[in-house]
Amino acid sequence: MRLLLAPALGVLAIFAVALGALFQYSVVAFIPGSLQTGGLTLANFRSVISSQYLGYVWDTVVLSLATTALTLVASYPVAYALARAPSRMVRSWLLVLTLAPFFTGAIVRTYAWILVLGNTVVTWPVPLLFTERGVLIGLVHFSMPTMILLLAAAISHVDPALERAAASLGARPARVFRRVTLPLSMPGIISGSLVVFAWTLSAFPTPELLGGGRVKMIANAVKDLALDSFNWPGAAAFAVVALALTLVLMGGLGRLAAGHEAE
Amino acid sequence: MIGRAAVIALVAFMTLPTVVVIVVSVNPTAILSFPPTGFSLRWYVNALTYPQFQRAAVNSLLVTTAASLLAVPIGTAAALALERGRLRGRHVWATLLLSPLVVPGVAAGLGFLILAAGLGLLRSRAVLIVAHVALVMPFVVRSVWVSVKNLDPMLERAAASLGATPWRTFRRVTLPLLAPGLTAGLLFAVIVSANEFVVSLFVSNRVTEILPVAMFSYIVNYTDPTIAAMSSLFIGLTFAAVWLADRFFGLAAVFLLDLDR
Repeated sequence: MRLLLAPALGVLAIFAVALGALFQYSVVAFIPGSLQTGGLTLANFRSVISSQYLGYVWDTVVLSLATTALTLVASYPVAYALARAPSRMVRSWLLVLTLAPFFTGAIVRTYAWILVLGNTVVTWPVPLLFTERGVLIGLVHFSMPTMILLLAAAISHVDPALERAAASLGARPARVFRRVTLPLSMPGIISGSLVVFAWTLSAFPTPELLGGGRVKMIANAVKDLALDSFNWPGAAAFAVVALALTLVLMGGLGRLAAGHEAE
Repeated sequence: MIGRAAVIALVAFMTLPTVVVIVVSVNPTAILSFPPTGFSLRWYVNALTYPQFQRAAVNSLLVTTAASLLAVPIGTAAALALERGRLRGRHVWATLLLSPLVVPGVAAGLGFLILAAGLGLLRSRAVLIVAHVALVMPFVVRSVWVSVKNLDPMLERAAASLGATPWRTFRRVTLPLLAPGLTAGLLFAVIVSANEFVVSLFVSNRVTEILPVAMFSYIVNYTDPTIAAMSSLFIGLTFAAVWLADRFFGLAAVFLLDLDR
């Protein structure tokens, strides 16, 4: 039985070798105009902590936090309806409408937002395409299906009898929601927020296309270095920083979440 | 009711871009306009006859087929081992198997690019396919693992005690009982691979690139509605797949939602 794990471990080993290659390149010298590399150096990491690149990191964290908060607020009502609508047909339609964008792929969905944000349909009072606002809208839209699914799974496990009990004891709907539904669906809120935050930290196509080069998140800066400047060592160093940032933030937030659930 | 209005508004927000894409795709003029000034399928003709899209479609078909055919058996074997293998530290193994999901796409993509360059495989599809297998496998493991957990070992023991060989037991009892998880795993594998973009952008070139990468390049370089037509085709196919999956397997179950009260 244990041998059945071997092929999967083989695939993971190749993945690990690829990441190893990334780490190796992050500490070798970049020779401009060449894909050849020089000797061992920490210069790549030194240039990555310059104000320009720290700015990208800051923008990425701020955009990710904003995306997570907005996605949570926008997803909860839909998730609640998905879990609680009395009609089976309504639930089924909500599920298909929620899942369709999840499966449509980043490029198609981002292109759609280029059309909507770019004054094709209506002329917006403030510019949206190629601004941080536009990128934020695209990221929220991108994250909603995932958040809705995780929230709906949690809400569907909250026993409606508890809500009815609170209501029959005189609690108004808002109070029932605040004191019963919301606390009991906390596991979904936490896991949904963690997943959305982590995904947004490494978002690439949305800021690339909706930011139009004016809004740069970490992944866009890595791609510029690697595929446009052919500075693979510099890109590798920044990618390593991004990977470390993701793991540290996820580890820290995961611990906080575990602490909360243990209460 | 305020609640119902909010849900309708939010679902409209989620669906709006899709509707706009489809409407723009049948607009006869090259300038993006809304509402459309007429009806034309010229952008569909354009999309389907554009040589780079044709080449990319063939690549997508090759890469997604190869990656799914590899990832489904490998992931299934791993899921069986996880549940049945009496492993010490099962959680550690499970976390390890799902770990490619938490690695940022650009880190994995650049890693595979450097690896491919080192091995002299920059022009081959091999690295692209292996990368897709690694990215798709976690979804397969997760889907199949759920089915394995729900499988009663007594049924397999019953088959064996009635004289079935291990292989026959696997083929006639285990495999049919795992069918829902396997189908979900395959569906995930195909959809995730067909839409994979970031890693593919790093490890492919004009000759080996798959459709999402080709569409990305087109969006960066041109503004006509050809991409709207291409996107509409993608949306149509996906919607049909999701609807069929819900029809035959019940998507709620796949996502562990308890909706069928």
